[in-house]
Amino acid sequence: MAGKVVKGDLDSRIFNFINMSLLIIFTFIIIIPIWNVIVSSFSSGRSLAEGGFVFWPQEFSMENYRAVFRDETIWQAFFISVAKTVIGASTHVLFCAMVAYAYSKQNLRGRKLYSALGIITLFFSGGMIPTYLLIKSLGLLNSFWVYIIPALFSFFDVIILMNFFRNVPKSLEDSAKIDGAGDWRIFWSIYLPLSKPALATIALFNGVGQWNDFITTKLYITDQALYPLQMKIYEIIVQSQTNTMQNIGGSVVIETTARGVQLATIVITTLPIILIYPLLQRHFISGMMLGAVKE
Amino acid sequence: MGKNNVEIKEKKPLRPRFKRFFKDFKNQWELQSMIIPGLIFMIIFSYIPMYGLLIAFKQYTALDTFSTAPWVGLKNFQIIMTDKFFWEAMVNTVAISLMKLAIGFIAPIILAIMIYELHDGPIKRFMQTISYLPHFLSWIVLGGMLITWFSTTGLLNQTLMAVGLMDNPQNYLLDAGKYWWIATLSDIWKEVGWGTILYLAVMSKIDPTYYEAAKIDGASRLKQIWHITIPSMKYIINLNLILAVSGIFGSNFDQTLVLMNTQNQEKAEVLSTYVYRIGMTQGDFSYATAVGLGMSIVSLILLVGAHKVTKRLNEGQSVL
Repeated sequence: MAGKVVKGDLDSRIFNFINMSLLIIFTFIIIIPIWNVIVSSFSSGRSLAEGGFVFWPQEFSMENYRAVFRDETIWQAFFISVAKTVIGASTHVLFCAMVAYAYSKQNLRGRKLYSALGIITLFFSGGMIPTYLLIKSLGLLNSFWVYIIPALFSFFDVIILMNFFRNVPKSLEDSAKIDGAGDWRIFWSIYLPLSKPALATIALFNGVGQWNDFITTKLYITDQALYPLQMKIYEIIVQSQTNTMQNIGGSVVIETTARGVQLATIVITTLPIILIYPLLQRHFISGMMLGAVKE
Repeated sequence: MGKNNVEIKEKKPLRPRFKRFFKDFKNQWELQSMIIPGLIFMIIFSYIPMYGLLIAFKQYTALDTFSTAPWVGLKNFQIIMTDKFFWEAMVNTVAISLMKLAIGFIAPIILAIMIYELHDGPIKRFMQTISYLPHFLSWIVLGGMLITWFSTTGLLNQTLMAVGLMDNPQNYLLDAGKYWWIATLSDIWKEVGWGTILYLAVMSKIDPTYYEAAKIDGASRLKQIWHITIPSMKYIINLNLILAVSGIFGSNFDQTLVLMNTQNQEKAEVLSTYVYRIGMTQGDFSYATAVGLGMSIVSLILLVGAHKVTKRLNEGQSVL
């Protein structure tokens, strides 16, 4: 499809050479900083403080990781992160799919009004403070469900799923209707199984969003037991910025700088994303195409 | 039959329509029962907060309830006019957003063209894979990384000193004068690869015979890019431009919160973190809401304005 193989003439060869060189530089600009963080997280506190390495730690050490895992709250934060990601993404995609199924039917009574209601939410919102007051009056402050319930629905995802549902062949539905199946049944046993790629795309993106989400915790949660990993990192950052050499928890070896712990926590938090990255990559190009490109 | 219907309609025009509506509604109760939870959700989580925006015109404190708080009219908006910190945040927001727009809007287009010009194969795929990766790091994670890279013993100082561009290491994040650049460049580092996806998708649909014809006519590779590739992306470039312009007052919330410190605050504070600070930290709900409301109204105006401008440039064709 792409990649117009133009070989031969000098102009083209110079172009290819410069293009390739610039892209290789670009790739290094992306990779080296990430690699540097990984390497730094395996450095001893002393060599972190001294610096002087880019590709390989001067003094290899696991002390940062040991310090991170000695802190029991990190396991709790990990559990919260996993729980909010799994529960959040699966309920979000099912809820949106249900609504999108109804929206996808042209004969839906009141469809115009419902669409208008949805489209307005794309362009206008109450903003931070009115939303906070709502969450507060719903009693969701310091509750695990604040991660799940307000994130159940997104009209944007509904539009994407609706466009996908429109391409499901009508004949399947018609024959099911003749057999006496209602909309719920058709949705559950025809549309959902046929839309697995779209559902997986939305669920993956929503899951990454949940895993990386930090604002929700910052705004609505003060109970440390409900902190996810992202909030843990934020706390460590704030702490280490006020006092770089401060010990975490008091029982930690002296050389472990707060920065080392910060880096190790960052690597641990990002690892799941890297692990599902191949899966993500397979989905996101098709996912972007689903919603965004009009032909 | 037909005649009768017309007569009834003329006498009582509304009843049959309502009746039909309710009959249809009842007939498709299954469908309606699927959409109603969504509508309830939007009413609670979108429309009630929109109604809550009214506290921008009230004096709402922790002691009041929504209904007992006294109306103060436009007082909160008048305070904005003379609020030094607001204008500081405003200048930072606009400056950082414009820098992101100027560099960050063009960078993905150039990168996409460069990747497109590669031959298909593992190298191309590898470069795409690498370029998308930073998008999936959260700002908290990236912020933690940036703090390390920019610290006195971090990657940047080491590199600059090794190359001989610098003698004494410095902590860049403590230098307020550099903050706008740090915010802009780190955002571009994170999003440039991700920004190429849509462009690459559009480019993959360009008819290859255009390039063959251009080659026969002796057009250089750069000329081909200029006259074939870029014009083919006009639509998607316009769309992205509209969205980018309307986002000028938009958030940067995570990024700012994690990169801001007491040393660079005057250059780092943006409107969204300012709303957070006065609303959530200082508890001045009404004033914070007024600032937020002003912000979203200006964004909406920008969206409509950008749409109008690109529509005119596009010979009257709407992009949205």
